[in-house]
Amino acid sequence: MTSDTMKSNNPSFAIKLKNFLGKLVKNQLFIPIVALLLLVLINLIADPTFFKIVLEPSSTGHLILSGNLITIIDNASELAILAIGMTLVTSASGGQDISVGATIAIAGSVILRVIKVQPTDISNGRFAAMLILAFVLCVVVSAIFGAFNGALVAYFNIQPMVATLILFTAGRSIAAWINNNDNISIKDTRFAYYGNFIPGIAIPTPVFITAICLIVIALVLKFTNLRLYSQAVGINASSSRLNGINPKMIKLLTFIILGVCVAVCGFIKVSRTSSITYSVIANNIEMDAILAVALGGNALSGGKFNITSSVIGAYVIQFLTTTLYKFKVSSSAISAYKAVVVILLIIISAPIVRRWFEDMKNKREAARVAKIATAANTESGKENV
Amino acid sequence: MKDGAVLEMRGICKYFPGVRALEKVDFTLREGEIHALMGENGAGKSTLIKVLTGVYPKDGGTVVLSDKQINIKSPQDAQNNGIATVYQEITLCPNLTVAENMYIGRTKGPLTDWGKMNRSAGKLLDDLGIPVSPKEQLGNCSIAVQQMVAIARAVDMDCKVLILDEPTSSLDEQEVQKLFKLMRDLKAKGVGIIFVTHFLEQVYEVCDRITVLRDGTLVGEYVIQDLPRVKLVSKMLGKDFDDMAEIKSSDEEEKIDYNGTPVYQANNLTGTTGIKPFDFEIHKGEVNGFTGLLGSGRSESVRAIFGADRVTGGTIKMDGKTVKIRKPLDAMKNGISYLPEDRKLDGIVGDLSVRDNIILALQVMKGFFKPFSKAQAEKFADDYIKLLNIKTASQDTPIKSLSGGNQQKVILARWLLADPVYLILDEPTRGIDVGTKVEIQKLVLKLAAEGKSITFISSEIDEMIRTCSRLVVMRDGKVVGELKGADLNQNKIMATIAGGESK
Repeated sequence: MTSDTMKSNNPSFAIKLKNFLGKLVKNQLFIPIVALLLLVLINLIADPTFFKIVLEPSSTGHLILSGNLITIIDNASELAILAIGMTLVTSASGGQDISVGATIAIAGSVILRVIKVQPTDISNGRFAAMLILAFVLCVVVSAIFGAFNGALVAYFNIQPMVATLILFTAGRSIAAWINNNDNISIKDTRFAYYGNFIPGIAIPTPVFITAICLIVIALVLKFTNLRLYSQAVGINASSSRLNGINPKMIKLLTFIILGVCVAVCGFIKVSRTSSITYSVIANNIEMDAILAVALGGNALSGGKFNITSSVIGAYVIQFLTTTLYKFKVSSSAISAYKAVVVILLIIISAPIVRRWFEDMKNKREAARVAKIATAANTESGKENV
Repeated sequence: MKDGAVLEMRGICKYFPGVRALEKVDFTLREGEIHALMGENGAGKSTLIKVLTGVYPKDGGTVVLSDKQINIKSPQDAQNNGIATVYQEITLCPNLTVAENMYIGRTKGPLTDWGKMNRSAGKLLDDLGIPVSPKEQLGNCSIAVQQMVAIARAVDMDCKVLILDEPTSSLDEQEVQKLFKLMRDLKAKGVGIIFVTHFLEQVYEVCDRITVLRDGTLVGEYVIQDLPRVKLVSKMLGKDFDDMAEIKSSDEEEKIDYNGTPVYQANNLTGTTGIKPFDFEIHKGEVNGFTGLLGSGRSESVRAIFGADRVTGGTIKMDGKTVKIRKPLDAMKNGISYLPEDRKLDGIVGDLSVRDNIILALQVMKGFFKPFSKAQAEKFADDYIKLLNIKTASQDTPIKSLSGGNQQKVILARWLLADPVYLILDEPTRGIDVGTKVEIQKLVLKLAAEGKSITFISSEIDEMIRTCSRLVVMRDGKVVGELKGADLNQNKIMATIAGGESK
């Protein structure tokens, strides 16, 4: 193939616009954003008050923002944070971690184990110290479980889905074992701030936590080579190794990062209710997290990735769930509706459909070139005469 | 239709976004002829083949097969029309048996008579003189046999047109001869064969006619006797060709100080890949080569130098200082670069951009926590795209969409950017066009003149003779000789490869 591009002679406004639109459609963010806009539109038509946000006093007497949009953004937090780690794991290992729901249970259980022994009347300072200790311990434990998954994948060459099946099965039992299967309920209201509202602040705390996570990962991607390395490993591990990268370490690293994301999610989850139900907490969240990655247009077989896109995918999923609830779909039927939407989105972004569009475009291009050629021929013929 | 023509393609056009891959190309194949399709990488050979086999839909033109105009919609469609293809990469299933591979997708109904299938496969393999049992698992056979099984499968489907796309690039001389015999037999049976290859010698050995493409357009169709080699090359390049034999200037060897401290010196280097412990040294400004048949251990040796496979023993000195090289990063930090033999598997990172592929090695050497700024990376990429004349739409283009020769240049750029003192090039010229081959050889000599030490490996011995001043000859994992000076000639090298040990 020749690389000389066919430049059009007079780029008019229409052509510029067409190029811009073409680029837009090809952009990875296109599908999740269009899905989001579509959901917004449907809701606006069905119920113009859907997006109403009001400032009203909560049960504790503080003013807080409330409304569907706030609920969506708040509830999507855990999924958005998980999508970060899941995207990285997908990129480097070409597989997904299905144990995140179960390890969230473990992370939450670890936090409660530390917090539950505290009397409710300790000072703010002591409580903060205790909370930090609990959180750090939770991060360490989650990172170790992440490393366990990662080691199975990277050093024992087990397919990620099979490797993480172990903790998927065992995780909730481990979580229950950490607290002797006790039903724990934390009475200290200060513990609930992180999954709900901090008094005096009208925006739900998980939204801030998500923002912090996104900023941290943005900085990590900017100031390290995590993106280049994990993409290279995911695309061609053999070649990466010959370029001095240690593919095993990179795979392990992505699983550890996912472990940290899991710790944050576990913290938010138990803080929301100040309690834990081992068999229910973060149920099925792993599938939504994988779906968020796929919706974001990332190849589940690994390689190139776009975290922003995955995170928007996470919000789309939450938006969809909330919308379905609004339309009075029963919670047991929601999965079926989700499936329909997923099928549509996956088909639109499938390579075969994209190729089909491209072929159409090439045919048109060919016709255009042929037309120009014949026109040129007739013209040169005239000149000869 | 022309006399005896079995296939006529007229005015074939194919466009990719922004690229004119084929523009009004004609191609005629006659019954019982072997027809070479020649051109540089990116000339449109593969695209033409892919249009013919239904991989790409054509954007214009007509295809006439046996006096009937056809519109090929899919590879399956091409097969049903009697157009069979054997690709460079084996496209069969290694986990099935030979017979299963020959009949997969061709059995009628839900039931299979395994006995009958094995018997008829056995008979066909015998007829074609392919030395393999039909019950053997395909993955256990040599690449050459796998290639021949693919051909046998094609032949059994009563094909009128057989396309061989670079079938010889991973075969050794003997295997190539077997393949040629098979091709001649098929030709005698009236099959029209399209032969795509980069080896000029092979074209002149088996082909009857040559069609040359350049930049997606037809240069011409020639009877082989009318087109001497030099003319063919100049047609492919579109310019007169300066004699390749003149690449090496004669006086450069004198500049190398063989008595000084070697840049790299290994004693008893051993790995896990089946090579015997070996000694090796290379001096500043020297170009040396490893040669031997396929499987002789030449690639394994240089991989051991780079630490690409597990190294189990031996001492290494660089510039007289003992260093430890156990993994690729050690080698890179000591100034060794290695361009691997298998570009696709070990070289390119397919989906990454040309830019990322260029900076990869240097970036890894710089460290995980010190990424290059975008501007810096862009400058590196720009410099080397210009320096090596890499043909790419932009530096953001994924490397996999470049032609083979340009991919190789990108990998070369990657390792030049790492600024090594010792550069190992394992088959840098395999599967790429003549023009780029010469460019790479010239580059090697230029780098050596600048004081870099280079190991250059090629299956084409004359390339080695032209560029190397010293050749290490290997057989069965062992170094069996070292040739330099007047001994660097085809006969002497062949003799050493074949059995110089006893002398």
